[in-house]
Amino acid sequence: MIQMSHLDKLEAESIFIIREVVATCDNPVLLYSIGKDSAVLLHLAMKAFYPARPPFPLLHVDTTWKFREMISFRDETARRLGLNLIVHINEEGVRAGVNPFASGSRVHTDVMKTQGLKQALDRHGFDAAFGGARRDEEKSRAKERVFSLRSAEHRWDPRNQRPEPWSLFNTRKRKGESFRVFPLSNWTEADVWDYIARENIPVVPLYFAAPRPVVRRDGALIMRDDERMELRPGEVIETMSVRFRTLGCYPLTGAVESTAATLEDIIAEMRGSRASERQGRIIDHDGAGSMEQKKHEGYF
Amino acid sequence: MSALARLVPVPDAEPAPEALAAGRHSLLRFITCGSVDDGKSTLIGRMLFEAGAVFEDQLDSLAKDSRKFGTQGEALDFALLVDGLSAEREQGITIDVAYRYFATPRRSFIVADTPGHEQYTRNMATGASTADLAVILVDARKGLLPQTRRHSYIVSSLGVRDIVVAINKMDLVGFDEAIFRRIEADYRAATAGLNFRSVTFIPLSARDGDNVVVRSGRTPWYSGPALLPVLEEAEPAARADGQAGFLLPVQWINRPDLDFRGFAGTLAAGTLVAGDAVTVLPSGRTTRIARVIGGDGDLTRAHAGQAITVTTVDEVDIARGDVLVGGHRDLKAATQIAARLIWTGAEPLEIGREYQLKLGTALVNTRVALLHDAVDIETFEARPAASLPMNGIGHATLRLDAPVVCLPYDGNRDLGGFILIDRISNETVGFGLVSGPGATEAGDWRSRLAQGAQDLIGAPGSERRGDVLALVSWRLASAGTLAGIVAVVTGQPLAGLAAGAADIVARSVLRTLHDGLWRRARERSLPADVAESGGGI
Repeated sequence: MIQMSHLDKLEAESIFIIREVVATCDNPVLLYSIGKDSAVLLHLAMKAFYPARPPFPLLHVDTTWKFREMISFRDETARRLGLNLIVHINEEGVRAGVNPFASGSRVHTDVMKTQGLKQALDRHGFDAAFGGARRDEEKSRAKERVFSLRSAEHRWDPRNQRPEPWSLFNTRKRKGESFRVFPLSNWTEADVWDYIARENIPVVPLYFAAPRPVVRRDGALIMRDDERMELRPGEVIETMSVRFRTLGCYPLTGAVESTAATLEDIIAEMRGSRASERQGRIIDHDGAGSMEQKKHEGYF
Repeated sequence: MSALARLVPVPDAEPAPEALAAGRHSLLRFITCGSVDDGKSTLIGRMLFEAGAVFEDQLDSLAKDSRKFGTQGEALDFALLVDGLSAEREQGITIDVAYRYFATPRRSFIVADTPGHEQYTRNMATGASTADLAVILVDARKGLLPQTRRHSYIVSSLGVRDIVVAINKMDLVGFDEAIFRRIEADYRAATAGLNFRSVTFIPLSARDGDNVVVRSGRTPWYSGPALLPVLEEAEPAARADGQAGFLLPVQWINRPDLDFRGFAGTLAAGTLVAGDAVTVLPSGRTTRIARVIGGDGDLTRAHAGQAITVTTVDEVDIARGDVLVGGHRDLKAATQIAARLIWTGAEPLEIGREYQLKLGTALVNTRVALLHDAVDIETFEARPAASLPMNGIGHATLRLDAPVVCLPYDGNRDLGGFILIDRISNETVGFGLVSGPGATEAGDWRSRLAQGAQDLIGAPGSERRGDVLALVSWRLASAGTLAGIVAVVTGQPLAGLAAGAADIVARSVLRTLHDGLWRRARERSLPADVAESGGGI
């Protein structure tokens, strides 16, 4: 009897979930958000269908405020793996001039991310969308199923979720309903980094410490990635050695001071850290139960 | 923040980064269960905190939430760490199963924190379905409650063999050994009939941390280990079906082009090597394994639990739901299975109604042909029953419309557990645990007779049986009266008899035709989307 390691078990479970979606849904898509979790998800999808390529496209909902390094990494990854990448931008939001500075994080996230995602899923008729969310990230995510059923309006009903015993997923749905599927549900942040190190998975360089231009704003270190970020009176651009634990829209993502420039350094730093990875995410702190509320409205 | 100052993690939990970073340490999945307010969420919150899995920003929002919703006065309410839904925090109860993750230098843990309320039993069974071990909480002030027995029965049914009984809130009974011993004796007596391999009793206080990570000075009479070391050392019970060979349920046919045709699946048992002879079930065709393929190249061999792709030497017809079987197994696909059912649907089980059954990767239609009993999980007694309500447990024989490869649940969870799906609501309405092939094989004439009778006149005590008996007696009475009248009027007893017989036959035939026409008319007027979604996935 061969004892599988912790990471081997997680890997096998995720591959099973990915294959189950392809076997039972008509038109799946992988929501690729460029971060470390998406990198692991994509790597697992490549493994699940080897020697073939995954039989579904990647979708990136571009808020137009991602770090430039994320966009170049995204395009390079799709090219390297030979995958079809769909980029969707909510043009209505762009025309209305929605942005994180003038509109605030709540409106910006709702219009450019949540509405944008719903538009893209509807336009292409996707009936299952893979996401890289993990249950250890946030309290309401800890209660979400692996196969999360969404209404035709993309709403999540946490009080009426189907039980998922063993690895038996009930994939029946009505016309118009869809699934958000989370193959990394049982992974932790530490598992993700350990697996990236073990499998040598490329990740965006922003995860590694380097000297970067940052501004101290509302208690966070915001990297000024382009000219669109105007300085407030008294603010100065400092060059500091920083890195990011999670990646999102650059004005909404706080950097951490760090000198961790290798995977080993990152893993050591994470194990010693006393702050959760989502601390740098400004959108999570929009009020108690805010992630749950966003999920009700159709957010991933 | 004085509450924080008191709760500094125990310093002896020094991590060994090499073991963790290598990802080579083992995994233990466990479930916590018990009655409402036994302190499950508090215990998990405490373990997460002590294992360093709670971060400073999370502690900040915990402190905020504790003041707003907490039940512990000024102290931190650890339950709020795990009760993630707004409704749960507002009501101070756990509604849904929550999964939590933490690691010590020796092991990673996945904890299913499950609700104590009876109406959420299905979530408890879900948590137990993948658990290696169960922590059952008992409130020292209350002793055993009906839910304690109920949950013990469910975890035992779902194959959890190792139990830790955490006797919590010992601080509220003055750490009284006599109370601990009495609950220990009560629990052993109450669960004597259940199939547990080990039962460990620990006196603790989740709120204060006694005997959670290290042994407490407040229980000098207790010589056993604290909870966390027990969890670190538990060895998951090996699940062997006692047979050589392998089982590979086919999940997906990987056919990117005409040159490659692979069968992808997760190995449910055994070891598989290229060149192995293989039988495809249910068809029974045979071939050999040509290649064993992993995530990025060919493998020499694959073991149970691995997700792989194989190719075969011959072009054989293989579909999702088939099982590739290696070795000398006398395994056959079954169209009838005997199983223990745990009903999870809001509507009760309907005997004879068509449900979908998903087992492994196979999906077929099924009807519960015979409900043998329902189990009273207070007393563990089996009694005859006409149906199972939500959270009911019973034994049944199911007939399938296509053969499925299955094994007894005790030997293999992957091919022994199944779910039942309602074809109209699409809800998961039941969990099933295979106990064997159908209990009504050809030789067993008594079950066949009972089943035939039950199909005809409904289960004992059911509404249907009452209806049938009333109908039969009315039909006989009315035919008898008619026969009497005809006999008297015509003066010929034979004519009376003929009229009575004709009444029984003609009325039944006309009634059947009439009902059939109405049923067809009703089906035609069903909403379109219901009819459509009933057509398969």
